[in-house]
Amino acid sequence: MSNPTHTPMRTPLGRVRGLGASHTGTEHFFLQRVTGLANLLLMIAFIVIVIRLAGASYAETRAVLGQPLVAVIILLTLLSVTVHMRLGMQVVIEDYVHTEGLKVALIIANTFFTIAIALAGAFAVLKISLGG
Amino acid sequence: MAEFTLPKNSQITTGKVWPKPAGAKKLTEFRIYRWNPDDGRNPRIDTYYVDREDCGPMVLDGLIYIKNKIDPTLTFRRSCREGVCGSCAMNIGGTNTLACTKGMDEVLVKGVVNVYPLPHMPVVKDLVPDLTRFYAQHASIEPWLQTDTAAPEKEWRQSKEDREQLDGLYECILCACCSTSCPSYWWNGDRYLGPAALLQATRWLKDSRDERTGARLDNLEDPFRLYRCHTIMNCAQACPKSLNPAKAIAEVKKMMVERHI
Repeated sequence: MSNPTHTPMRTPLGRVRGLGASHTGTEHFFLQRVTGLANLLLMIAFIVIVIRLAGASYAETRAVLGQPLVAVIILLTLLSVTVHMRLGMQVVIEDYVHTEGLKVALIIANTFFTIAIALAGAFAVLKISLGG
Repeated sequence: MAEFTLPKNSQITTGKVWPKPAGAKKLTEFRIYRWNPDDGRNPRIDTYYVDREDCGPMVLDGLIYIKNKIDPTLTFRRSCREGVCGSCAMNIGGTNTLACTKGMDEVLVKGVVNVYPLPHMPVVKDLVPDLTRFYAQHASIEPWLQTDTAAPEKEWRQSKEDREQLDGLYECILCACCSTSCPSYWWNGDRYLGPAALLQATRWLKDSRDERTGARLDNLEDPFRLYRCHTIMNCAQACPKSLNPAKAIAEVKKMMVERHI
C-alpha cells in the first residue's frame, strides 16, 4: 500500500499531517501505567511466594499453590506482567523498526508470543494448583 | 530501522588547522563542523584559534571573530545575540544550546570549544540545519487563538490566574534545541511532533480563551504524534530558556486520560 505522505513533492505541512491523527494511544498509555502499578504490588507478593517455595518439594508446592489466594495472585501476576510486556515491546518495535511490513509482522509476532507464554504459564499454574 | 551510524557521505574527516592569530596572548581553540554542499566532500572538523583579548566572552562572539578575521566562509545563523531570536541554536560542547548565551569557558571540553550543527537534521551548510519540517510541525498544531463565539467588541478577556497558566509555555523561541536533542525525535521525527511543537500545543490547550481544546486534543491523540514521548527529558535539559517541554507533554497526556475516564 503506497503511503501518500512519502511523495517527494508534497509540501512540508502535508507531510507532517500525513494520514492524520489515529485518535488512539491513550488506552495503550494508560494501561501501561496501570499494569506497571499492578506489577509493583503483585511482584512483591509473587517474590514472597517464590522465596517461600525455594527448595520445597513438589507435594509442598502443590499444597501452597492449591490455596486459591496464592493461585490467583500468580495468575494475576502472569496477566499483568504479560500485558505490560506486550505494550512495552510494541513501543520498542514502533520506535526502532521503520520498515512498514516488518513492523506489522513484529507487532503481530509480539502479540502471539505474549499470548502463548501467558497461556503456557497459566496452564502450568492451574495444573499444579488443581492437581493432576 | 533506526539509524545508529552515519551514512558514508556524512562521516566526518579531519579538516584544516587554521593559523593562530599573530601576537595573541590568550587563545581558545574552536573545533567546528564544516560541510559544503557544493564541493562534494565529506564533512570535516576545522580547528581555529580565537584571540580572547580581541573577542567577547560568548561562543557566538568566537564564531563571529572567526568569520570576520580568519575564515569568511564559515556559515552559521545568528541575529539578536541575546537569546531572543533562537537563530544561533547549535550543538556546543555536546549540548544543544544558543551560541549567544553560552560562554566559551562554560563549554570547554579538554580546553576546546566543539561546535556542531543541531543533531539529526539535514545540514544546509556548516552549522545551518534545515528546519523546514520543524516549522511545519509547529504550523500543524495551529498556533493561534481559535474561537467560534463572535469576537467581542474589545478583547477576549482572561483572568490573571488563567493568564498565569501560560507561564513557562509562551516563552519558547522555537530554536529547536529541545526537539533535536530528543532521541525519539531522531528516530521518528517524521511522525512524532517533537517537544517544541508539543510545548506550543500545550500553550494553546491551556489558553482559557481558546474554544477548540477538544479539536486540538483530537489532532494530537496518536501513538506517534504525542505518545512517542518517553519522558527522556533531554528537552528540559537542553532548553536555553529553562522551559520544561517534558512536563508540558505530560500535561497533554493527562488531559487525554482525563477525557477518557
